[in-house]
Amino acid sequence: MANPTTSVAPARSQQAPEAGALVARRKRRYTLLTRHDKILLAFMVGVPLTLDLVLIWGPTVASVVLSFTNWSGIGPITDKNFIGFKNYQFMFTGYTLFWPAFLHNLTWLAWLTFIATPLGMFFAVLLDREMRGTRIYQSVFFLPVVLSLVVVGFIWELQYAPTDGFINNAFGLVNSGHLIDWLGNPRINLFAILVATSWRHIGYIMILYLAGLKSVDPSLREAARVDGATEVQTFFSVILPVMAPINVIIVVVTAIEALRAFDIAFIINQGKNGLELLSILITNNSISEASLVGFGSAIAVILLVISIGPIVLFLSRTMRTLA
Amino acid sequence: MILQAFLIAMVVLWLFPLFWAVYASLRPYGDTVVHGYLSWPANGLSFINYQNVWTQGEIPYYYLNTLVIVVPGVILTLLLASMVAFCCTQFSWRFNLIVLMLFTAGNLLPPQVIIVPLYWIYLHTPIPMLGSIDIGTKFSFAIFSDNNLLYDQYIGIILIHVVFQTGFATFVLSNYMKTITKEITESALVDGANVLRIWWSVVLPLCRPALAAMATLLFTFMYNDFFWALILLSHGDKRPITTALNNLQGEFLINNNLIAAGALLACLPPIIVYILLQKHFVAGLTLGSTKG
Repeated sequence: MANPTTSVAPARSQQAPEAGALVARRKRRYTLLTRHDKILLAFMVGVPLTLDLVLIWGPTVASVVLSFTNWSGIGPITDKNFIGFKNYQFMFTGYTLFWPAFLHNLTWLAWLTFIATPLGMFFAVLLDREMRGTRIYQSVFFLPVVLSLVVVGFIWELQYAPTDGFINNAFGLVNSGHLIDWLGNPRINLFAILVATSWRHIGYIMILYLAGLKSVDPSLREAARVDGATEVQTFFSVILPVMAPINVIIVVVTAIEALRAFDIAFIINQGKNGLELLSILITNNSISEASLVGFGSAIAVILLVISIGPIVLFLSRTMRTLA
Repeated sequence: MILQAFLIAMVVLWLFPLFWAVYASLRPYGDTVVHGYLSWPANGLSFINYQNVWTQGEIPYYYLNTLVIVVPGVILTLLLASMVAFCCTQFSWRFNLIVLMLFTAGNLLPPQVIIVPLYWIYLHTPIPMLGSIDIGTKFSFAIFSDNNLLYDQYIGIILIHVVFQTGFATFVLSNYMKTITKEITESALVDGANVLRIWWSVVLPLCRPALAAMATLLFTFMYNDFFWALILLSHGDKRPITTALNNLQGEFLINNNLIAAGALLACLPPIIVYILLQKHFVAGLTLGSTKG
C-alpha cells in the first residue's frame, strides 16, 4: 500500500513515465534473484511444505479414504477392504456412543459460545476501562491459560472429589450424606468439566478481545458519549460492529477449541460415562482399544467436516490481508 | 465501587482452585485423614508431599524428557516458520497465498482428525539408530531412534510438534513480516547478499519481538501438550511431564495431597515463564488475531 512497487498495475496506464520506471524496478526484482537464490528459496519453502503435506494433509486425505474401508491397520489394503458407506451407516444407526459424543461436542460448543466466550468478552470490556489494578486483574484471569488441561483437570478434581473435594465439604454435603458425585454422575459431569474448561477459556478470550478493544479508535467512544449514548448502547451499537474482524476470530477460536476437546475428559475418566467426545471415540476405536481403523476414520471425517466451517471462515477473514 | 468489588470477587474465585491445590499440597496426609481437607492445619504445613513426589514420582526425570522435546521443538519451529514466512512475504510468488493457507488451515485442524494415519506413518517409517546419549543410569536419549521407528521416540514427538506448530507460527510471523517493506530485501539483493543470508541477518533480526513472543507461546503449547505424547509414545520412560502426570496418578499419586503437589510441580515452569515473560506471551496470542 505505502510501498509503490506493490501497486504497479493500476499506475501503468494512468501515469506513463512513472509507471515505466516502476515496471523496470519490478522486473529487476526478479532478475536480482540468481539461480542459486531460487534454489535456496525453493528449499526454504519446500522442506517445511513437504513436511506439512506429508504429516498433516496426507493423513487428512488418508482419513477420508480409510473411512470407506474396514481396514484393521495391518497388511495391505485391497479392493475387498472397501465397503462403501457401511462405516457411516453403522456410526449413525448402530453405534450407541456416536450420538451422545456428538451431543457432548455440541453442548461443549454451545457452552463455550454462549457462556464462557461472552464472559471473557465481558471481562475484557470491564478491564478496558483502565481503572486501578487492571493489570493485576488481567494477569489473574489469564493465569489458567498457561496451565495444561491436564493440570486443570487435576486441580479441579480437588474441588469436585466426592468426599475429599472442596465443594461437597464446603456446602456440608459430606456431613449430611447427600454426596454429589460431580465427575462420576453422567448427568452432570460434562458440565462440571465445562466449568473447569471455562476457567481457562475465559482468560484466553479476554486477552484476545482486550487487544481488539485497545485498537478501537477512542474518538468513536467520545462521539457516542457526546451524542448521549449510554455505555451499554455504545458497546452494542458502536464498539461491537467495529470489532467485527476480531469477533470472527473469537468465534473461530471458540469453535476450534470445542472440536478439539480431548485432554480434560480423558484425564477425568478416559472419556467414558457421560464424557464421550468425538475426538476420544476416534482414538479409542482406531488406536487405544480396538483396531477399527476404518471406523475410527469415519468418526474423524465427521470431525473434519464440522471443522471445515470455522477454518474456511478464519481463512476468508485473515488471508485477504496476507501475502 | 461496585465494579471493583465485583472484579475482586472474581479474582478470588479465579485464584481459589489454585490456592486450594497449594493448600492441599502443603498438608501432611495424616493431618487430612484425621481432620478432613476442609480444616485448619493441626500439625502445621510441610513440603513432605513435594519431597515424595519429587523422589518417588521421579519428577526431575520427566522434566528432562520435556526439555529434550520442547527446546529443539521451539527452535526448529521458529526456523522453519520464519523461512516460509520470509519467502511468502518478501517475494511475490504466485503460490504464496495457497502455501500460507495450507499452513494456517493445517494448524486449525483438530489433531484427532489426522491421528489414525499419522499413527500408521509413525509405525512404518524407518529411522536409523545412531546410538544414544546417556546421562546417569536412567536417562538415555536416543539419537534419532532406538527402535528404527518414529513411534515411541523423542524425535517423533519433536517432529509432529514442529510440523503442527509451524502452521501457527508461519501465520503469525507472516503477519509480522508483511509489515517489513520489501525494499529491505531488494536492496540487500542488490548488495549481493544471497537469500539465506538476507533471511538470517536482515529479516530475522527485524522480527525479534515476534520471535520472542512466538518462542514463549510455543514453549507453553509444547510443554502443555498431552495428546501427541499420549498416542505417539508407548514407554512411560519417554513421557514428558504433562503426560507422565496422568500415569503417575494411581501409581504414586495415591492421595489428593500428592496429586496436588504433582500437578503444581508440573505447571510450575509455564507459570514461571508466564510471570517473567507475560508481555511476550500476550503479544504472541494477539499477534495472531488482531493483525489478521
